[in-house]
Amino acid sequence: MAACTKRLDRFIISLRLLRNLQLQNERFLSTSPCLRAAGNDSESPKFVPPSKPVIVDKTQTVASLRKFLSPEFIPPRQRTDPLKFSIERKDMIRRRKVLNIPEFYVGSILAVIMADPNASGKTNRFVGICIQRGGKGLGATFVLRNIINNQGVEICYELYSPRIQKIEVLKLEKRLDDNLMYLRDALPEYSTVDPEMKPVPFSPTGEVPVNKIKVRMRPKPWSKRWERPKFNIQGIRFDLSLTPEQMEHAQKWAQPWLEYDMLKEYDTSKLEEQIIKEVQQDMSK
Amino acid sequence: MALPWLSRSLSGLLLETASLNCQRNFSVSAVAAAIQKMTRVRVVDNSSLGNTPYHRPPRVIHVYTKNGVGKVGDRVLLAIKGQKKKALIVGHKMPGERMTPRFDSNNVVLIEDNGNPTGTRIKVPVPTHLRKLEGDYSKVLAIAGSFV
Repeated sequence: MAACTKRLDRFIISLRLLRNLQLQNERFLSTSPCLRAAGNDSESPKFVPPSKPVIVDKTQTVASLRKFLSPEFIPPRQRTDPLKFSIERKDMIRRRKVLNIPEFYVGSILAVIMADPNASGKTNRFVGICIQRGGKGLGATFVLRNIINNQGVEICYELYSPRIQKIEVLKLEKRLDDNLMYLRDALPEYSTVDPEMKPVPFSPTGEVPVNKIKVRMRPKPWSKRWERPKFNIQGIRFDLSLTPEQMEHAQKWAQPWLEYDMLKEYDTSKLEEQIIKEVQQDMSK
Repeated sequence: MALPWLSRSLSGLLLETASLNCQRNFSVSAVAAAIQKMTRVRVVDNSSLGNTPYHRPPRVIHVYTKNGVGKVGDRVLLAIKGQKKKALIVGHKMPGERMTPRFDSNNVVLIEDNGNPTGTRIKVPVPTHLRKLEGDYSKVLAIAGSFV
């Protein structure tokens, strides 16, 4: 019995010692050494300057780390000699080495600085929401839209034009549709962007956020019949501007067999991998 | 016998539809076309002639070009408030060249016969490539508020 208690005592003492050690260790790791020195002995307290705070500037946009291939790199499906597209890709990469063309999507808010010999100061800055991306190869374009002084203005930019000096992404996001031309017929608040807007920080990794906003439209007539199935538009509140009968009537133009047409399939995944590899190689050169 | 009843019911139906949706559900002019004769335009300066409401929108009745199609910088003749008045096109719906702005309405500025603008201010942005075009637009450019 006595031996047992003794052993227990020793065990407890060893535990305490251990805890002390741990505590000391913790202290050594956590608190500043000057405090410990002052408490322990009469040595002159050494001043250790605190480590410099790391300030992360969130207003600065970082280059995206996600794997992204700009859509104009993918050649259209046709019988043109692939050599033409490979030569164009080389030129596009040469331009991209000079001008930083960031990753952006339809629905992102961009600011473009363009050389304009007629403008005062010889440059022209335009801020707007990207409503369409078009063209393949060197002729790729994107359309920015904004409302200035209650006047809707759109500018179609050539992505690889030598007149473009800078492309800034102010807000990186996607919308429900790949083409926002219906903003022309929507209420003006949906295409209004503040020209003095500050860039919104975004995460360089992960999925691009999708803005699931649904817009309200002006009363008909619209520039196009957006309710028709061929546009397949998700981002419009049709229930506010059209009756259920009209919506049903629009389905008369549906072509549900087209999605089963195997001749229209164009699987670009393999081609994309190949082009990404080629682009990364050439950009790192 | 049945004809008057039919006509009455038809007219009633038409009235009903008209009251349901006040504006017409079809467009009466080509949207993506440049300015030609009979195009309805928007006067964007602050002249009293262009800003007082009138039951008939201003229309182009002549375009002073060789081909009869008006683009930015061309002069047109307007029928506005029952009178004839010259105007200068400062923006249209039809997309022009790349890297130039396209506007949501057909904008004109009223000018006198000698080229001086009637108003004293332009309320909407004006395309910068108007400067490049030949012709004397300096007085119009001087009253422009903003450029795009």
